[in-house]
Amino acid sequence: MAETKVIMPQMGESIFEGTITKWLKKKGERIERDEPLFEISTDKIDTEIPSPASGVVQDILVKEGQTVQINTVVAVIGDGSGKPAAKETPREEQKQAPKEVKGPAPVAGPTEETKKEETAARTEQAPPQTVPQGAPQSPPQKEAASDEDIRSSPLVRRIAKENNVDLSALSGKGTGIDGRITKSDILSYIEQSGKKETASPAPPSKPSTAPAAPPMKFTGDVERVQLTAMRKAISEHMVMSRRTSAHVTTFFEVDCSRILKTKEKLQPDFEQSGVRLTVTPFFVQAAANALKRFPIVNSSLDGDTIVYKRAINIGIAVSLEWGLIVPIIKNADEKNLLGLSKILNDLGERARNKKLTPEDVKDGTFTITNPGQYGGLIGTPIINQPQVAIMGMGGIKKRAVVIDDAIAIRPIILLSLSFDHRVIDGAVADQFMADIQKQLENWPTS
Amino acid sequence: MALTTYVEAIRQGIWEEMEKDESVFVLGEDVGIYGGAFKVTAGMLERFGEWRVIDTPISESGIVGAAIGAALMGMRPVAEMQFADFISCAFDQITNFAAKSRYRWGAGVPIVVRGPSGGGVHGGPFHSQNPEMYFVHTPGLKVVCPSTAYDAKGLIKAAIRDPDPVIYFEHKFLYRRVKEELPSDDFVVPIGKAAIRRKGSDMSVITYGAMVYVALDAAKELEKQGIDLEVIDLRSLLPFDKEAVLESVKKTNKVILLHEDTQIGGFAGELAAIISEEAFEYLDGPIRRITAPNTPVPYSPPLEEFFLPKVSDVVRVARELYAY
Repeated sequence: MAETKVIMPQMGESIFEGTITKWLKKKGERIERDEPLFEISTDKIDTEIPSPASGVVQDILVKEGQTVQINTVVAVIGDGSGKPAAKETPREEQKQAPKEVKGPAPVAGPTEETKKEETAARTEQAPPQTVPQGAPQSPPQKEAASDEDIRSSPLVRRIAKENNVDLSALSGKGTGIDGRITKSDILSYIEQSGKKETASPAPPSKPSTAPAAPPMKFTGDVERVQLTAMRKAISEHMVMSRRTSAHVTTFFEVDCSRILKTKEKLQPDFEQSGVRLTVTPFFVQAAANALKRFPIVNSSLDGDTIVYKRAINIGIAVSLEWGLIVPIIKNADEKNLLGLSKILNDLGERARNKKLTPEDVKDGTFTITNPGQYGGLIGTPIINQPQVAIMGMGGIKKRAVVIDDAIAIRPIILLSLSFDHRVIDGAVADQFMADIQKQLENWPTS
Repeated sequence: MALTTYVEAIRQGIWEEMEKDESVFVLGEDVGIYGGAFKVTAGMLERFGEWRVIDTPISESGIVGAAIGAALMGMRPVAEMQFADFISCAFDQITNFAAKSRYRWGAGVPIVVRGPSGGGVHGGPFHSQNPEMYFVHTPGLKVVCPSTAYDAKGLIKAAIRDPDPVIYFEHKFLYRRVKEELPSDDFVVPIGKAAIRRKGSDMSVITYGAMVYVALDAAKELEKQGIDLEVIDLRSLLPFDKEAVLESVKKTNKVILLHEDTQIGGFAGELAAIISEEAFEYLDGPIRRITAPNTPVPYSPPLEEFFLPKVSDVVRVARELYAY
């Protein structure tokens, strides 16, 4: 029986690497197909990876805590025949691959053979896949590796150097094959941010998102902790979003009397079917309805094209002890309060138990976050790219409000909407929020 | 004005040099009474007589050896190989004698060895080859591969006037398919200078000989898809116009090397090495080669069609490189 190579899976479209947090099987141990083999942590999720085949764990090639590119071979499952298969281990293969390419062997023809040549060119262009195998691994290498992982070209690197551009700023934004940064990518980046970049006297050698180099040195005693994959992803994503979108935030006050009344009324029914009802589904439903009426808020900006998404997939920020994750309610506009509540309960629970799948965090079109959980008035959230708006919910608090020249006590929530002014104007954002406000304040209580 | 074919341009070039310079003469198989297998020397016997238009036995080694001897005695012989494939029979004379004569004892050998090369006419393995690289590898020689009627004429004249041995590869597919109006004055095309056949911005195709037309047709096709090719015709392989190649690569940052010759040891490999040595930091993608596969030229027409680089090959590779 042949060996099966286990690769680092791609856990979402914009994921390029993953960290192996734990091996669940040791070398030499028996494993069944679909039995969990290791745990990973990627930019987006933490999860267990099942074995693609039954057999014996013949080789483990990536240590715990190590981050590798997707598609990197991380382990080999053998048939347990005890055959060492030294020649066939990926290590060996990877080392040989480039040699084969350069050798005189390929009989290059215009069709089949040129393809070989093409993959050859690519193999040579993609050292990151081979590096983690053969090279001796030590955790500190991670920092340096992240720089190498950015695919570009000799030309792009020269232009970057000449213009003091840190290529990590373009990470994930390349338009070439496999996200490679192309000539036009870097030229337009320089054009956009050019003056700022060249004018800065001492460009930082580290990515601007990298927290490794604090602006000022603290001389006292410290403890240094390596960022987790999730924390690193959040850190990069937040700075990237700030740099990408023209953030503007608008605030609305909403009277929650009717939704609280409705909630109270529905609660017993919901509890009977084992579903916990919170106020969140009301806001999700109102937002979904408003998104249908204001499709621009459900869009993305792709270069000079606006991409309107037909689905309304609302992400809900869930804070975890170790970070934050945004699972998605797919087609939120098609669900009723009960359906939304069930999904919210399920997603929240699985987020806390690390049981989310890549599907659960993919393809969000709008995000709702909840900065009021601990009594905060309201926050100004950062947009979850490539979306163009995010709504923040403050805490609901009884306040004195003036209604028809009389002072009344009403449960009030502050809502904020951070929107990307590149595509959404203030008037549209406010109409969108007014729509939500109107729905919530007039919620049918019957 | 009348259009001149590629083959007629060569004939005119030799003719004019023979008119101008008495030391110029032609020799080869059937060049006299028959006028040459492809009629490159048609009418010359009548005009210049049998002392200057010499029919030889079937011996390429003898033809080139005689030419070298005559050159050493002050003549400027133009030796015809009936098919360039058979130049291998004269390999020793060319590479060991003609090529090294100036280096060893200062005696230049101003010969031209010319003949039809290339495929596309169902000539099979012995009448379709592109033997240029055997000679490009030999210091002391010059090697030219014209693609247009103008260059065919300008380069044969430059070759005849050159003080050292020049190997002149005609492309038989172009003989009567390529024609243009030629100026009436006495012009030459300098050896070692490339020509930009099409200006473009997205990527450079470096090529020569009949493949120039494949590249230009592909450029037309790709233009519709928004990809702008620059096409460089090398015209001379030894010496070759390195500056023109590097300048184009530095401008477009992506390069396809195209030739009809087989791949291993082909000129594309040499160009690729030079480009990566001298313009590495200008490359925005891998250097791509499009060549014939490493097999003899097949007899079978469908196989030959498969063997020769085609417009669709260039279009495919260009699209891949564009997306890279």
